[in-house]
Amino acid sequence: MTKFLKRSYLVAVLLFLYLPIIVLIVQSFNGGVSRSKWEGFSFRWYRELVQDPTIMKALWITVSIAALAAFFATLLGTLAAIGINAMRKGPQAGMMTVTNIPMTMPDIVTGISLMLLFIFTQVDRGYFTMLLAHITFDTPYVLLSVLPKLKEMSRFTYEAALDLGATPGYALRHVLLPAVRPGIITGALMSFTLSLDDFTVSYFTTSPLVQNLSTLIYSETRKGVKPTMNALSALMFVILLVLLLAINYRSEKAENK
Amino acid sequence: MTEVKDMKKIVAVVLSLLVVMALVPQTLANGVVNVYNWEDYISEDALKLFEEETGITVNYMRFTTNEDMMVQVRTSPGAFDVVFPSDYCIEKLISEDLLEELDYSKIPNAKHMSEWVMNPDFDPNSKHSIAYMWGTVGILYDKTKVNGPIDSWEVLFTDEYKGEIFMLDSIRDAFAVALKYLGYSLNSKNPKELNEAAKLLIDQKKQGIVKAYQVDETKDKMVAGEGVLAVVYSGDAQYSINLNDNLAYSIPKEGSNVWVDSLVIPKSSQNKENAYKFIDFLCRPDVAQMNCEYIEYSSPNAAAIELMGEEYINNPNLNPPQETIDNCEYFHDLKDFLSIYNTLWAQVKNAK
Amino acid sequence: MSNMNMPSWGLWLMALGLGVFVTMLVISVKRHRGVHRSLFAWPYSLWMIIFTVVPLFLIAYYAFTDAQGNFTLNNFYSFWDSNFEMKKQLSDMGFDLAEMGLNERGTVNVDTLIYSLWMAFKCTIICMLLGYPAALFMADRDFKLGSTLVVLFIIPMWMNFLLRTIAWMTLLEDNGIINNLLVSLGLGRVRLMYNSDAVLLGMVYNYLPFMVFPIYNSIDKQPRMYSEAAMDLGANSVRTFTKVTLPLSLPGIVSGITMVFMPSVTTFFIPRVLGGGNTEMFGDLIERTFLTADNWNVGSALALIMMLLMLLSISLLRRVDPKGEGGSLL
Repeated sequence: MTKFLKRSYLVAVLLFLYLPIIVLIVQSFNGGVSRSKWEGFSFRWYRELVQDPTIMKALWITVSIAALAAFFATLLGTLAAIGINAMRKGPQAGMMTVTNIPMTMPDIVTGISLMLLFIFTQVDRGYFTMLLAHITFDTPYVLLSVLPKLKEMSRFTYEAALDLGATPGYALRHVLLPAVRPGIITGALMSFTLSLDDFTVSYFTTSPLVQNLSTLIYSETRKGVKPTMNALSALMFVILLVLLLAINYRSEKAENK
Repeated sequence: MTEVKDMKKIVAVVLSLLVVMALVPQTLANGVVNVYNWEDYISEDALKLFEEETGITVNYMRFTTNEDMMVQVRTSPGAFDVVFPSDYCIEKLISEDLLEELDYSKIPNAKHMSEWVMNPDFDPNSKHSIAYMWGTVGILYDKTKVNGPIDSWEVLFTDEYKGEIFMLDSIRDAFAVALKYLGYSLNSKNPKELNEAAKLLIDQKKQGIVKAYQVDETKDKMVAGEGVLAVVYSGDAQYSINLNDNLAYSIPKEGSNVWVDSLVIPKSSQNKENAYKFIDFLCRPDVAQMNCEYIEYSSPNAAAIELMGEEYINNPNLNPPQETIDNCEYFHDLKDFLSIYNTLWAQVKNAK
Repeated sequence: MSNMNMPSWGLWLMALGLGVFVTMLVISVKRHRGVHRSLFAWPYSLWMIIFTVVPLFLIAYYAFTDAQGNFTLNNFYSFWDSNFEMKKQLSDMGFDLAEMGLNERGTVNVDTLIYSLWMAFKCTIICMLLGYPAALFMADRDFKLGSTLVVLFIIPMWMNFLLRTIAWMTLLEDNGIINNLLVSLGLGRVRLMYNSDAVLLGMVYNYLPFMVFPIYNSIDKQPRMYSEAAMDLGANSVRTFTKVTLPLSLPGIVSGITMVFMPSVTTFFIPRVLGGGNTEMFGDLIERTFLTADNWNVGSALALIMMLLMLLSISLLRRVDPKGEGGSLL
């Protein structure tokens, strides 16, 4: 009985989380323009989606920035984690404080401070500045997901490898990195997700010329978001869902072996 | 292990592709023109036609309020070639020396413009700007839900339609409504009048008369029957009326705002030749007609008006009688006084 | 401010420095044994200095100067009295403020801050009440579904946050899906939107997962034998929960509070869409001050005040969870 209650509670919470998403997906098949009236099932918006250059460009910008930002953030963050882990207590605490600043900084302050930086240094805001901003807010997350994995492994493993004649590069590749790989993957995935969904920071660090999906949707909300946008998000959602469940299924299968 | 290596290769290939694609400049043979316009304020077909005819790629960007646009124009120099500001902003941009003086030899189609728009008081002799659309601000209402005629701003300030009114989330427009209702100029620089207007708006909000403050969302919500009264621009009104027969538009008897949105070229523009081509294209009668019929505002283009015929000319929403227009005012640049409006508007938005 | 701008090559130079540094680091790691690994953290430190510390100093610079670039504390005074600049300007113009009825203190900024803190507080409490049981049940090993459930909680976050909020509007409007449902059931329409309750709903919806993950982690991490031992020693399940599971999940709760409370204070966009622009939160206020009122100096002061407030609450929370155990999201 309690089990049933627990399950129903979880189902209820999940339903709350999925309700608007179901609405969006249903809307994407609505033949009409209206948000609340059902005017018959149709693939109309999916057809229009492919022919909409503005959305396709924004999609491209969003995905490419998320991928590039995740890559550079992972590189920077993993290196930093290895470095910080090797530091003595004092500097380590200092580095962690600096890392915590952007983590606790409200998005809007991050966005505005970077906007001021780019205006101050007279760098035209656009694709490049948005990428820099995304790397900046992604990196601490990578650092914080890799660092615990490093702390879990013995400090001496790496040194033992060196004593056994491994070069630092070899020890890095074959001893350190495999041990922290789960942390790196988590960090990279999180960076990608954060970038994909970011609105506030992008809003302040790009020009109206280079719009990612979020800023495009924002500029469209006032007149009503086009149903093509619903079609796109439904599509992205399903792709990500399948991808994620597949990865999850695989890793669970691997664990069971 | 090979799997990991494959993964690495794939990641490397994808990343280098991304970098290359991001770096490839997006300019085509005939260059680009960066257009910064209001949300939903041009016919997509017109843009396509321009690209087909000239081979110039249009980078189309959008803004929602004049104030947002001005900040962008100031902070991103070089990003825009053609901008569509309203009257008082043109005045301000001219005073900040941000606008190019127009070379009319490059805009032959300017000859089609109606005479009255070619010498506006915000830009004498149209030296820096050429009109694109004009319109008024008024009340859009649902005929089936109102009791009695809607001909005064007063309906917005009594609790007859409490909780069913959409106001404009735009500083100048919101104050214009209150100032006009009180019988003042909508360019008032008298703190006492402004304070009175602010008090009126605060009171209106505190009583729960206002349902929401918004700009472009209003038209779709009115079509869907979400509200009874809404302060809107004339073109948005026409758009909504076309989609819902129950709606009607009225310019209150106390007077209102008449505005002109014009085309300008920022001094910092990087593609001035293309900007001229684009402006000239928009002044061509058939294109002006295309845009006017799509966005449903009033055209300042005499030749286009002729093309559109009787039905358009006789529509009082788009072509109000002359005495109504005479009863309306242009906005003017308030210079330093704008910050007073800003401060008072913050009080309105914060009232609970 | 334009007279003191740095040319754009300044940033490029910094980027170049960073690039050279990374290359040298990689080369030295390859060639020599003796490079200390702590050097690996240097590119990151440089990056953080350029893109976090310097921008913060810029905000501080604008917050402490006036439009002409002279030092002033007036921007902070404007936070206390939002009418300060207006009153100064009007009296400089020779108007008699008392006669105009304009000499009161402007409470806009302070009121907005208090309102935002109150909303964030309510949002955090609701998220905790909703999220704790969810995390507890997820960690329940009877299900064997833990990790899949985590994924199910993450997935909604992959849908664009703006679109999800707009979807709520579709649900809550006067002619929206819920109201149409109520009408077809013979019940009347209810005003669900255009008020602060709708804003609160949007916030809870948006931040709930951030409460669930850390709590789930801290419960999932607890060795099962602890609660089993408590049971074996005669504690009932309620007592086991209050004496073992709950205290051990405290770091998770603290971390969840941090991750919900902080961002929800500066929520923006949600009030505009679901609240109909009737209420403003501190995020909206900062954005409007910067982008609509174009007042970077006061805007920076507001942002700085926000920052300080965040750091203060972080340090308070750190006292409850000194080791930062609940720190990571996943």
